[in-house]
Amino acid sequence: MSEGQRLNRNTLAKQNRKLVIAPYLFILPNLLIFGTFIVFPSLLGLYYSFHVYDGLNPMKFNGLDNYIKIIGDREFWSTIGRTGIYAAIVVPLIYAAALGIALLLAREIRMRGFFRAVFYWPTMISYIIVGLTWKWIFGDSFGILNHLLTVVGVEPVGFLTSSFWANTAVIIATVWSRAGFFMVIFIAGLQAIPTDYYEAARLDGATGMKVFRYITLPLLKPTSLLVVMLTLIDAFKAFPLMFALTGGGPGKETTYIVQYIYEIGFNRQELGLASAMSVMLFILIGGFSALQFRLSKGGAV
Amino acid sequence: MKPMVKIVIYSMLSVAAVVWLLPVLWVVISALKTNSDLYSFPPKLWPQPVTFEHFKEAFRKGDFGLYFMNSTIVTVSSTVLLLLINSMAGFALAKYRFRGSTIILIGFISTLMIPIEVIMIPIFKVLSALGLYNSLLAIIIPPAATPTGVFLMRQYLLSVPDELLEAARMDGAGEWKIYWSIILPIAKPILAVLAIFSFMWRWDDFVWPLIAISDPSKYTIQLALSNFIGEYNVDWGSLLAMSVITMLPVLIVFMVFQRYFVSGMITSGMKG
Repeated sequence: MSEGQRLNRNTLAKQNRKLVIAPYLFILPNLLIFGTFIVFPSLLGLYYSFHVYDGLNPMKFNGLDNYIKIIGDREFWSTIGRTGIYAAIVVPLIYAAALGIALLLAREIRMRGFFRAVFYWPTMISYIIVGLTWKWIFGDSFGILNHLLTVVGVEPVGFLTSSFWANTAVIIATVWSRAGFFMVIFIAGLQAIPTDYYEAARLDGATGMKVFRYITLPLLKPTSLLVVMLTLIDAFKAFPLMFALTGGGPGKETTYIVQYIYEIGFNRQELGLASAMSVMLFILIGGFSALQFRLSKGGAV
Repeated sequence: MKPMVKIVIYSMLSVAAVVWLLPVLWVVISALKTNSDLYSFPPKLWPQPVTFEHFKEAFRKGDFGLYFMNSTIVTVSSTVLLLLINSMAGFALAKYRFRGSTIILIGFISTLMIPIEVIMIPIFKVLSALGLYNSLLAIIIPPAATPTGVFLMRQYLLSVPDELLEAARMDGAGEWKIYWSIILPIAKPILAVLAIFSFMWRWDDFVWPLIAISDPSKYTIQLALSNFIGEYNVDWGSLLAMSVITMLPVLIVFMVFQRYFVSGMITSGMKG
């Protein structure tokens, strides 16, 4: 073996070794952070959920007692129910608003960029500011809405002090802040529909609603599923907006599941119980996601 | 398009646009009013006179400058960190064949299903145990390793031809050199999209600061605002002014990078 060949083989071996190690080194920082702050806490939460733990005194194993306690906790179920009702109203509203605006904006019209920006812009604002903005509008004694009502001769409404109106305010704020985001997804979905379909339908004499019903809607199905699932998951995680808009009140009327878990965990220091609730919420959200994969199988999402 | 149809579309769009614009507009207008105008009845549509008193007051009182500074530090450093480590991980997953890569990728993606809200309590314990509780590092480092970022980087870098990397290796370039001087410049467009997303995520974030911070001197803007709202005597003047200032950076980023935003949205469809 000549000197040159040996050198070549040496560098090759060195390079191979480098190629084996390099990817691990590149991925290491992410894995470390991810493992420490997402994976480990997830397992820790599962572990806590089988214990009595107040964060200070030693943990005590108590098997499934936390879960049994939750099943009997009426407040837990009413926050779940409230979150479910909120989701059931918010999801179709966001869907309809986002799709409606996307359909209007799908055509070649003037100022399209301006309109898109107007509807998209609220999705960039933090939930805290969204909540604050609508609080300034719905406020009982200072809100513009009550001023306007008085102008037309209607008694002021306790928007944030009645269960019905507080939930309505929360729903309006949610739709306002999220519709633009899903509008963009719908625009992308609409753009993906080949124009030949429309032309063929036109040739067959289909117009307006018919085209929408038989062409647009079916071909938009993968996008629709994605939007429904994302809005549903969003709805079950709802928390900061209500925190700012209603504070969860009046009473507990706008306290949804995540805020309840937060209160049990951080204010009442029942870490084990709150963790068990988190596990149940995760199963719920995971169930939705699994359902989505099922339904969208083969769909281009 | 028939003129009738056009008129209908434009009027529907305009009505919707006005409804969408009014809330924020009302906040901005209100922030410019004097205190006596703020609660006057009937409400004045335009501030007379226009005053910036609330804006000045916001910075004087309530340490708003400090919160603004904290938010800026967190947003900027977390974004830089995110771009660095996510592009490294994305590069590894896209351009190397190695044991465990599939499992790692699936692991990253599946954790997208774990909302941070669900593991707030154990995260709090981990932060405390590591001595990160009440420090800005706790909102800078953990959220920087986002699966969305890794996944987007990987998808983008898959299109880089292997020959390019081989050629560089032939020329004696090390793996780090390849990443730094070949991959990063190629990845500029996707890095821009991620930078915008990260800016928005961190600037707007509430849940991480809520878990990690209790010391008012470490508050981010969102945390401070939520605390002010909860106060018994809400000072709406400075609160509205703070909201307007807080919206400004996002508005500027939005206007400058609008095109990236929409295309980035279309490819990723995520807010995390």
